[in-house]
Amino acid sequence: MAAAEPVISFKDVSKTFRRPDGRGDFIAMDRLSFTVGKGEIVAVLGKTGCGKSTMFNIVAGLIEPTSGEARVVGHDPFHEFDFFRGKIGIVFQNDRLMPWRSALDNVRLGLQILDREPKQAEETARAWLKRLGLSGHEHDYPHALSGGMRQRVSIARAFAVDPEILLCDEPFSSLDEMTARDLRAEFVRLVRQNDKTAVFITHQINEAMEIGDRVMVFHRPARIAYEAHLAGTSEADRRKVQEEIMRVLAVEQPSA
Amino acid sequence: MMNSRTMRILQATASMLALAALWQILSAVFPHFLFPPVPDIISRTIEILITGSLLADVLLTAWRIFGGLFGAFILGGVLALAIGQSKTAENFIAPVLTFFQGIPALSWVVFAIIWFNGIEFRVLFIMVMTTLPAFTFQILDAFRSMSKDLFEMTMSFRPSRWTLFRFLIVPTIVPGILTAWKVNLGNAARVVVVAELVGATGGVGYELLRQQQLFDMAGAMAWTLQLVLFVLIVQQTINAIEAYALRYRAVSERAM
Repeated sequence: MAAAEPVISFKDVSKTFRRPDGRGDFIAMDRLSFTVGKGEIVAVLGKTGCGKSTMFNIVAGLIEPTSGEARVVGHDPFHEFDFFRGKIGIVFQNDRLMPWRSALDNVRLGLQILDREPKQAEETARAWLKRLGLSGHEHDYPHALSGGMRQRVSIARAFAVDPEILLCDEPFSSLDEMTARDLRAEFVRLVRQNDKTAVFITHQINEAMEIGDRVMVFHRPARIAYEAHLAGTSEADRRKVQEEIMRVLAVEQPSA
Repeated sequence: MMNSRTMRILQATASMLALAALWQILSAVFPHFLFPPVPDIISRTIEILITGSLLADVLLTAWRIFGGLFGAFILGGVLALAIGQSKTAENFIAPVLTFFQGIPALSWVVFAIIWFNGIEFRVLFIMVMTTLPAFTFQILDAFRSMSKDLFEMTMSFRPSRWTLFRFLIVPTIVPGILTAWKVNLGNAARVVVVAELVGATGGVGYELLRQQQLFDMAGAMAWTLQLVLFVLIVQQTINAIEAYALRYRAVSERAM
């Protein structure tokens, strides 16, 4: 699904971190280039420490590239940080729920920050909890919810602000396979229904194949080692892609 | 089966009754000017509580404790947030506060008597200076324990500084603030008595000085009990606020 106007574009983006122990610099990303089109779900796959989260943080505007050009809907996510108010929703690896807020108030957080009308914000938050099967748990605090339920709340929180782009950083990696499979299916359905663009980071091949219209495999430091379009491909082609991904991931890479 | 709360109350009551019984035995063995009988102390305590002019002294001390603590809390909160956000501020402020921590309360009393004329300002100054470092460092600790995960999650919605303060920083530091109040309340009650003993013409400390001059042990005990009662009531009030404010916390059944 090649889109004419990329929602996310990286052009020769590099990121170097200074090691805290003073042992010089650490290159996390090396001239990474890619684009993500509107409505696309791109799964990013790679071994631990390959720079997936660095890419994620650059798109989210949380860190600044050392060199190169990163653009999200044509704007610089780091320097034009406030431009993206309400435009990017993030589902993190752990649920990151505020323990002092109920499930309802956690979903409402983004809406409150965006100054949405309180009554409407509450209705929106309730509706999202209901969609994710959490009716009746609105006033439960996070500690009273299971891991799967907490991750559902965090998905509801990301969707509630109706963002254009969804960034997901291994959101189901800490859940059991059954719960993760249900949430993956729910996530894809919600992205499609609401016409979102999504970047989904994972280290599981099956998950990437199940979710992505396209799969990008990263090598360390973050650069694309393999890329494949999955939307509309046959089962045989998908098997070939899967084998190729396994082959690419098996290649020895420099340690992080 | 008796519940744990009732058991705790019964045990605490038993230990206080044992202490009173021991005192009563001592009063039977030693002269009453050294160990007055418990009923005498109780009647003097009640007399203070029901006599307007005497109760005014208790309330004056209470006001001084609250005034000093509140002043130190506000100033400490501002300093803690300044230190938490700026390394330069920390380099300037932290050594001064550490230096202040080493100055005995009695030295501040002497400085206040030399520097200031007004009794109320003297006491307020002493209270603020003796509790300021503890308030600042305790609030700073709470601020620094703020979760990086929650910070990044909140930042992903692009909040204003004020919104970030309201939705993340305040709830994060509330447990630290409540602990700081509980710890400093006991310190403040001790310091205010010293301040009033040396540099005031009213309050519990001043009345204690009078009882010492009259060699009235029952009076000294009764005035001391006023302060203890005041601290206990405020501690319980803070505990109740804490139980409400931190009701979201999970409690293990083993810990009950």
